[in-house]
Order: sequence, then C-alpha cells, then structure tokens
Amino acid sequence: MTVESTAPRKPRRTSGSSGTKRATAKKTAAKTAETSAQPELVQLLTPEGQRVEHPDYSIDLTPDELRGLYRDMVLTRRFDAEATSLQRQGELGLWASLLGQEAAQIGSGRATREDDYVFPTYREHGVAWCRGVDPANLLGMFRGVNHGGWDPNSNNFHLYTIVIGSQTLHATGYAMGVAKDGADSAVIAYFGDGASSQGDVAEAFTFSAVYNAPVVFFCQNNQWAISEPTERQTRVPLYQRAQGFGFPGVRVDGNDVLACLAVTKDALERARRGEGPTLVEAFTYRMGAHTTSDDPTKYRADEEREAWEAKDPILRLRTYLEAEGAADEAFFTDLDAESEALGKRVREAVRSMPDPDLMAIFENVYADGSALVDEERAQFAAYQASFAEEAK
Amino acid sequence: MAAEKTVEKMALAKALNESLRKALETDPKTLIMGEDVGKLGGVFRVTDGLQKDFGEGRVIDTPLAESGIVGTAIGLALRGYRPIVEIQFDGFVFPAYDQIVTQLAKMHARSLGKVKMPIVIRIPYGGGIGAVEHHSESPEALFAHVAGLKCVSPSNPSDAYWMMQQAIQSDDPVIFFEPKRRYWDKGEVDTDAIPLPLHQARTVREGSDITLVAYGPMVKVCVEAAAAAAEEGKSVEVVDIRSMSPIDFDAIQASVEKTGRLVVVHEAPVFYGSGAEIAARITERCFYHLEAPVLRVGGFHAPYPPARLEEEYLPGLDRVLDAVDRALAY
Ligand SMILES: Cc1ncc(C[n+]2csc(CCOP(=O)(O)OP(=O)(O)O)c2C)c(N)n1
Ligand SMILES: [Mg+2]
Repeated sequence: MTVESTAPRKPRRTSGSSGTKRATAKKTAAKTAETSAQPELVQLLTPEGQRVEHPDYSIDLTPDELRGLYRDMVLTRRFDAEATSLQRQGELGLWASLLGQEAAQIGSGRATREDDYVFPTYREHGVAWCRGVDPANLLGMFRGVNHGGWDPNSNNFHLYTIVIGSQTLHATGYAMGVAKDGADSAVIAYFGDGASSQGDVAEAFTFSAVYNAPVVFFCQNNQWAISEPTERQTRVPLYQRAQGFGFPGVRVDGNDVLACLAVTKDALERARRGEGPTLVEAFTYRMGAHTTSDDPTKYRADEEREAWEAKDPILRLRTYLEAEGAADEAFFTDLDAESEALGKRVREAVRSMPDPDLMAIFENVYADGSALVDEERAQFAAYQASFAEEAK
Repeated sequence: MAAEKTVEKMALAKALNESLRKALETDPKTLIMGEDVGKLGGVFRVTDGLQKDFGEGRVIDTPLAESGIVGTAIGLALRGYRPIVEIQFDGFVFPAYDQIVTQLAKMHARSLGKVKMPIVIRIPYGGGIGAVEHHSESPEALFAHVAGLKCVSPSNPSDAYWMMQQAIQSDDPVIFFEPKRRYWDKGEVDTDAIPLPLHQARTVREGSDITLVAYGPMVKVCVEAAAAAAEEGKSVEVVDIRSMSPIDFDAIQASVEKTGRLVVVHEAPVFYGSGAEIAARITERCFYHLEAPVLRVGGFHAPYPPARLEEEYLPGLDRVLDAVDRALAY
C-alpha cells in the first residue's frame, strides 16, 4: 500500500509532512499545550461543552443518541465506582479503575459493529459495557473466582489480557483471518501508553501493515503506566509511531466522546474498506490509581489531576445536552436511579458469586483431555477425601 | 483389497512435507506460517512447493518476528483457522516463548473451554548438523513443563507423517519437535496405515535385560547401541516414547517391570530434563521391580558447544553403552 492512497486527509495524520514538522517544533511544548484544541488533536466537544467542527471528522447525532452516550458513560462510571468500593470492602482482590477514560471507551466501543471483534486490556470496562458483557461477569477475575468469566464469542469481546501488549497480536491475527474470510467486519485492539513500548505491539504494527489487516489500534494514552509517565515510553507523540509502519495515526481528545466515536468509526470503516490498520491515540487521563493496590501520591502531583478534572468527559457532555435542550431533568433523575440500581445489582451479584469448585483446577487444561491431569485430579481428590474419612 | 500402493520410501523431511500437503488439501482452515516457508520452502525445505500449489494465502511468508508469528496464529485460531507455524530453528523460539506459555497454553483453560487453540508449532531441534550457535538446541523440557501444551517428536519418516497429521487434528496446541539431523534419513511411509495414537510409545526393539527410553534423534542411537550390546550378549529393549508431554508412562512401566533396569537418553541437558521426570515417575511406579537406579544420558549443564565439539558432546553409542553397563553392574 502507498501512504498516499490510504491517507487522503493529510494534515492531521502522520502520513502528511505537516504532522512531522509539527512534532519537531513541539518538542519543548508543555504537556498542557498538547491537550488544548489544535489541528492534530481531534476534538468535537470542548471541555466547556461547546460543539466545535473539525475539517476531517463530523458527527451528527440525534438527541436520543447523545443521551445514550451520556447514559453509557454515567453507568460505566457508577459500575466502576461500585467495583472500587467492593475492593475496599474485601469483596474483590483488586480493581483497575477506568475513571476518567469513559469517553475514550464508550466512544470507541459504540463505534464498533456487532460483528466486529474487540481485544481489550484489563481496564476496558466501558468497552465491555458497549459490547453487552454483563458488568458483574467482569468482576470474576478480580474476585479470584476465574481468569475471565465470559465466553469471548458471545459478544465478540475477548478475555481481558494482563500481559501487556500481547493482545495486539491476537487482534492482528484475527483481523488477518477476517480478511481471508472476505468478511467486512473489523477488529479493534486496545492498549495503553506503557504497552506502546512492548515488542509485541511493534510486531502487531508490522504484521497488520504488511498484510493490510482490518484492525484499529486504539491506544488510550492515559499519561501513566503505573508510576511511569508517557515521556518514559516515547520521545514522539504516540500516534506518530504509525507513520514508520506505513499506516495513518491520529490523536483524538480521549475525553471527548463525540470525537472518539467519530474517529474510531472512521478508522473501522477504513479497515472495512480494505485500507488496512489505523492507530488511534486517545489522549486522556487516568484519574484514579493504577489499581486499588497503587499509591499515586508517590509519583504524581495533585495539580495534574486537578487540571484534568476540568476536562471531565461526562461533565462536558452534560453541559452540551443541557444547552441543547437534549435532555430534561427527568432524564438525569431517572439515570441516577438506574445507576443506583446497577450498583446494587453488581454488589449483590459479587457477594453471591460462589467460589469455584476446588476440582475446577483440573478442568479445561487440555481440549482433548490428559491422562496426567486425570491422574493428578484423582490423587488430589483422594487426598481431600481422606480428611472427610478421618473426620468420621 | 488395497489395490493402490500406499507405501513409499522417503526422507523424514519429505514425509513432513507430504503430511503438510495432505492437511492443506483436506482442511481449508489449515495455514502454514513462518519465515521463508513460502517461496523458499523453508530452510530445510520441509514446506517445499506448498506455496506454489496452495497459494500465498495458505502458505504465508511472515515478517521476521517470532512473537508476531505465534501471536497472530493465536488470533487466526480464534477466528477458526488451524495454523501450522514454523520456528526456523530451536534457538529462535524464545522471542515467541511468552506468547506460547502465557497465551497459547492457557487460553483453553482461562476461557473455561470456550476457546480452542488448534495450533502446531514446528521446531527443527537438536544438534548434529555442524551448525553455528543457537541452531542445535533441545529446549523440549521448557515446553513440556507447561500445562496446556503437548510436545511430540518423531524419530522416523512414518511417525513424522502420521504424528504431523494427528498434531494438526488436535484441538490443543502441539509443539512439534523435528529431529533436524534425521531430516534426510529415509524410511517407509504408508499413507494408508492406521497410526498409533499420537501420545502412545512404541517399542522399537524387544529385550529383557534393560530398557532404553528415547525420542526423536536419539532413538536411532539407542537402537544402534542395543545392537552393539546384543553382540556382547546383553538384551536391550528400546522404547521410543514419541511424546514428551504427555508421556506414555504405562508403556515404560510395562517394559521396566520386565527388564528391571532403565536408562533414559536425550540430547537435552540432563538437569531438569525429561529424563528426570521419567526417572521419578518410574521409580514411584516400579520401585520393587528396579534392580538399579534409573540412569540418564544427555547433554551437560553448559551451553551447546561449538560445532567442532558436538560429536563428543552429543550422547553417542559409547555413552549409552556406558550407562547400560553401569546399570547392569548393580
Ligand atoms: C509484560 C508485562 N509487564 C509488566 C506488567 C505489570 N503491569 C501491569 S499494568 C502496567 C502498566 C501498563 O501501562 P499502560 O500500558 O499505559 O496501561 P494502563 O494501565 O495505563 O491502562 C504494568 C507495568 C504486565 N502486566 N505485563
Ligand atoms: Mg497508561
């Protein structure tokens, strides 16, 4: 493929020369400057809730659709908060909060079609929501009752992947298969700014580029990989990485659900048309700790978080909805009630989640079964049973 | 019956080639992936001519990135394909080790059986061809140790043909270790035979004094050692286990109950090698039958040596016979 034929909209993409020049000139610019509206950051809704136009991306949603996105973000945040409290209460061993990343996840998640396939990290609770995965099922692995509590094929949503970057290759291979099948669906791989340093991600870029695979790489640059800032991963804006691999990269305001939706839709459409991969960098912020085990006060300043609070993804859409008269008071009140109901349902589901049967250790090790596993299962079962006999 | 001649003499590499060809012919979901497997037909020509006949969509020259090869094969398997992946040499599997151990091996279990991983990873392994560093290693224990993986190695062309068929049909990932120094050895292949189950051992020579257990390239050495021992009046049984995970312990046990002595032979370093597992299990199963401790012959706890030393390094006939003598001396 040639860069020209696949990247018609040059100014905002790495394939164009202007992007490269801009990057060089910007080296000394402060981080905050990067996040304000500028041609290379696609934004359709400002932090103040103002609708703005972008030369390359447009979106035209009905009030109903706008309310839908708002509802998705609010419910996802509520679910996430519930999970954090469940961890505090000892019901979960760990939780990786998506707080602050709702727009990136709902925007991109709602851009996917039912027959698309999604490869998440461990933080894609909002995307899971969009795919129809029961939120309570997401908690199984964090409670320690399974390593992934859903059937990947019922929602085309793969299991959470913990080893950083691995899933980008699975997504690429899956997309290669989609292309082989002549299907017009697409694949989306989620990963983080830290993951961008992994060899597997570079290999996924290479494979997807040379095979022109219908995959979108959706990088949520939430500025942190546990304690390491993005500067420890890269000297260039991440979206520009795509250029070296021969496919377009675009940076979108990750706290703007409209822009995330528009940009991801565009990238998925491009994949469907057989034009190959796109890297989307959603510029966002991890408002919470890395996980419930983390203490961000050791490595980042409160002021940074406060600056990002002003860019909250939910608040800005609410401002817009209200200004447009797209949602009335009843909508917000009903949504509050729905949120509380969701929290309650998740709480109850987790508390009643049974521990797995001990013998489940030996299940599904092999699809075709294994004499060794059977032998060890029998030995362990006999050992366990011997206590019951002694107790008699 | 059986009018058509189905038995043909061919080299082990050719038998693999025929087996891969048959898989591509019979199952449209099979794919071959790897470095130089297409136009070139692989550095050992195991995939020779396959791309020409089945096209670039079925026999895929990949970028030079092993993690990428296995990682994308996993994605293709998720999509319903059955990739047969080639790692060019034993020493180059490690960039893919993470994907194999962390992702491939665990996918079925962590998806509670919802996702199957019918992937074969072919690895030409072992020494004896005078190669440079990283081209002569025997890393099978590093894979056999991992639950969820199956590891096999044929010792002859017929097994190469049939075990490859069975590995491809397996819904579990199989690491297929190809004894590269035996690629050119010829033997009869009956493409109409009823093969042994993939993980079943085969007694390749009967004997009553002592059992030699081997697999892959060392089976031939053990058969030669048994012949030499026979001239000295010692009756040596040779069992080709063919599968290093799972291991057919029943077959080994039956043999040891008969002979009372066991020597396990492999090229891989002895320390933590498959011989250790076999020794432990057989000691447990055959404690009262054993006339001697289970002995092992294999590589040293040292990097594989430069090629000029490999003839001494690799366990040969004399090293095997030395162990036989030591076991018989108890
Ligand atoms: C291969 C690997 N190394 C280290 C870790 C431990 N770890 C878990 S999350 C994480 C940071 C990931 O950062 P990023 O990719 O930016 O994603 P984020 O957590 O910010 O969403 C690290 C180092 C891991 N899971 N996998
Ligand atoms: Mg991050």
